[in-house]
Amino acid sequence: MTADVQTGPAHAVPAPTTTRWHEVCAYEDLLPERGACALLEGIQVAIFRTFDGELFALSNFDPFSGAYVIARGILGTRGGTPTVASPMYKQVFDLRTGRCLDDTEVALPTFGVRRTPAGRVEVAL
Amino acid sequence: MDVGGDTRRRLVVIGHGPAGHRLVEALRERDTAGAWQITVIGEETRPAYDRVALTSYLTEDAELAFPAHGPGVRLHTGDPVTGIDRAARTVTTASGAVVGYDALVLATGSSPFVPPVPGRDLPGVFVYRTIDDLDALRAHCAARPDAGGVVVGGGLLGLEAARALQGLGVDTHVVEVAPWLMPRQLDEGGGAMLRRHIESLGLTVHAGTPMAGLEAGPDGGVARVRLSDGSAIESSVVVFSAGIRPRDELARGCGLPVGERGGIVVDATCRTADPAVWAVGECALVDGQVYGLVGPCFTMAEVVADRLLAEATGGPGQAAFGGADTSTKLKLMGVDVASFGDPFADRAEGTLGVTYTDPVGGVYKKLVVSDDARTLLGGVLVGDATTYPTLRAYVGAELPGSPEQTLFGGTEPAGGDLPGATVICSCNNVSAETIRCSIRDEGLTDVAAVKGCTRAGSSCGSCVPLVKKLLDAELVAAGIEVSKAICEHFEHSRAELFDIVRVRRITTFTQLINEHGRGRGCDICKPAVASILASLGNGHILDGEQAALQDTNDHFLANLQKNGTYSVVPRIPGGEITPDKLIVIGEVARDFGLYTKITGGQRIDLFGARVDQLPQIWKRLVDAGFESGHAYGKALRTVKSCVGSTWCRFGVQDSVAMAIRLELRYRGLRAPHKLKSAVSGCARECAEAQSKDFGVIATERGWNLYLAGNGGMRPRHADLFASDLDDETLIRYIDRFLMFYIRTADRLQRTASWLEGLDGGIDYLREVIVEDRLGICAELDAAMERHVAAYSDEWRDTLADPDKLRRFVSFVNAPTVPDPSIAFAPERDQIKPVLLAGPQLEVVSR
Repeated sequence: MTADVQTGPAHAVPAPTTTRWHEVCAYEDLLPERGACALLEGIQVAIFRTFDGELFALSNFDPFSGAYVIARGILGTRGGTPTVASPMYKQVFDLRTGRCLDDTEVALPTFGVRRTPAGRVEVAL
Repeated sequence: MDVGGDTRRRLVVIGHGPAGHRLVEALRERDTAGAWQITVIGEETRPAYDRVALTSYLTEDAELAFPAHGPGVRLHTGDPVTGIDRAARTVTTASGAVVGYDALVLATGSSPFVPPVPGRDLPGVFVYRTIDDLDALRAHCAARPDAGGVVVGGGLLGLEAARALQGLGVDTHVVEVAPWLMPRQLDEGGGAMLRRHIESLGLTVHAGTPMAGLEAGPDGGVARVRLSDGSAIESSVVVFSAGIRPRDELARGCGLPVGERGGIVVDATCRTADPAVWAVGECALVDGQVYGLVGPCFTMAEVVADRLLAEATGGPGQAAFGGADTSTKLKLMGVDVASFGDPFADRAEGTLGVTYTDPVGGVYKKLVVSDDARTLLGGVLVGDATTYPTLRAYVGAELPGSPEQTLFGGTEPAGGDLPGATVICSCNNVSAETIRCSIRDEGLTDVAAVKGCTRAGSSCGSCVPLVKKLLDAELVAAGIEVSKAICEHFEHSRAELFDIVRVRRITTFTQLINEHGRGRGCDICKPAVASILASLGNGHILDGEQAALQDTNDHFLANLQKNGTYSVVPRIPGGEITPDKLIVIGEVARDFGLYTKITGGQRIDLFGARVDQLPQIWKRLVDAGFESGHAYGKALRTVKSCVGSTWCRFGVQDSVAMAIRLELRYRGLRAPHKLKSAVSGCARECAEAQSKDFGVIATERGWNLYLAGNGGMRPRHADLFASDLDDETLIRYIDRFLMFYIRTADRLQRTASWLEGLDGGIDYLREVIVEDRLGICAELDAAMERHVAAYSDEWRDTLADPDKLRRFVSFVNAPTVPDPSIAFAPERDQIKPVLLAGPQLEVVSR
């Protein structure tokens, strides 16, 4: 297995050592099948709520355009894979792994994300 | 390269008809180095126009001009060449100009043949060749209402002229010396069937009766036509259309060989006996024959362009004129008439003619096959020519079935198995192999691209179904599935999805995909369905589930730019704006630091807004009386206008008022792609309406409506749809056009390619919109009325809805923090975006 090529500005790569959970917003603040962006320690994280209620978190940085726009993409599925399409040049990414399905050399960094019993959304850096 | 020197060779083209025009275009297209400096000298005052469509000039006021040549071509019209000095390599014009050449192309065309009968010079006698001829004919007939008229000649051109004459209100007779109509294309059975059709339309045919002469009336003008059997036809107008004679007088004058019956003798490369002189089109005699059809004439022009280019670059020319397919298909007064291959081959030994006659339906068909009944040699079709494209392609090849099957089965165009050498487009001489190669090499995937690349189907269009078949076969062979499915989630085309949503009254994407699709959609089908739902009126595009379907432009009601900011375009209907409102736009741009640019559609675009700034910007604009300009939507963008009759010295209608009325009617209308429009106040066309999806040009009597034009990557001149409309009819036709397009177009298909793909083209569209052939006009009208009644400004509605407004933040966890990744640098006193990280990858635009 080859390692993902993680592409993005240096500060967007999460430090691997300690996991810190950040509270972001209420689960209900997220539109179903749409994304929102959180700014956490200077890192832009795109958070998505899919139709079945699952949560995903990826880097908001689009390596193809150099703009921070992934959170504004359209969600969907390709085969059985849940996806987001960059709104800029429409490359499609796997929400679970961050891997770009149109260019497998490219992947977005992913982050842990969870819904607390109190209905809050938290992201791990 | 020596830029300043005189290294360029001088090409002089005499004659600016279709052949001369095509030669210049073909040469300019390929001569990218500019090796040839081109001068065209034309006798007519007008630049080249489409002579084939001459009749539509009279009956529909059609615009016939060919596209102007680009820069670098010197066009000298209205000054006939009077002599050629081959030794000095110069030509002299009537005005005394002397022009030198390195190569000379004679494209002088032909003149109508007028038989030497008594009275041929009387007033009221015309020929049918140029726009000037038609103008004179029209003026003559206008002064003589209820006149009788005679067209001499029952061939292709003669019947065209008869249609035009009848269209001018003249009781028209056709006199043909041969025993039946169109004797060069049709056999006796076909000619007889055509005659029945023509006579049922109110024309009188006299076939097999030569004309004895023309007789004058008391006013000195022609009054009757006397036939050789002694009978007479009362007639105050006579049009000669009995064949053509090559214009070879210049060639004769400078000693070039001409044929016994006229025509400048050329070899297969269209070169005359003088290596520096060429001849193309109807004036050329190639292989002992003069061609009067546009297809072979275009081919000759292409051959000479190739040879001239080879000469300039020192390379060997390849192209040669290898004879021409003289197959013809036309609609004469609504009757399909076609002949292909050798329609008279059954007169020879070893051949069979298979005929079918249906006197009730008015159909006659004949196929000529080899005596083993397998190889198609030619044929005739009258009354129903649907099988023409396929049959023509099979000429010289083995038929896929028996002749009877072919006659009755309505042979499906084959496509895949056609021999490579088969000429698919006879107008432009494009073979099946050429089309297949272009599809493979250029990666073409639709008919419009094939047309653009090979020219196949771009003239008469009769081969388009066959081009489509070839394309489908190639794509299948390449493993590209030819599927109408919009994406992996639906097996339906957009038009089918539209009907499903409309008929089943579906209001959500979830219901649609659960009942008719699979998976959860994607960035292809979601915006397409969002657009369908919006076209059918389902409230605000950000209501409920619809919000999640929208692409980012519609989601934020603004246009995403390269650094993640958005641009804002307020509506300025018709491009008319008060100074106060203009000041507000300036103040908003200044206060929010937005880059400001005036658009091609007479709007003002404000760039560089962050999502959290958008509502504040809209608030300022809405408070000043602005609304969304829908620059972000696949919707009506702008209706541009010239200043019109209120101010302009030349204007004949109030184009600004009409543009405002149209823009306010269609604002917010969601469509498969963006829609642009314009209204010009006179024929000078300052608003460029003919490059728009729907364009309106004022006339003295009302409005001319042009449809399906396009600027952009693939420019297309709009087609004249209807003339001299009053305001209400104009709007009714546009209503129906838009709604029919919205119902039936593919995803992201502009009106131009939609119309090109529409079976039957603009004529069919006219039947649907004007004659209500599909019986849907009432529905289309009602749909537009619903749209107009339900319109509401998307910006204002969003400002009034706190739920929607909450989405307009850069960060869900820090709503007041602006996006720190957005930065600008100054340029020409404004801002420009700076990508802090910069793109990390090279992106090929998709």
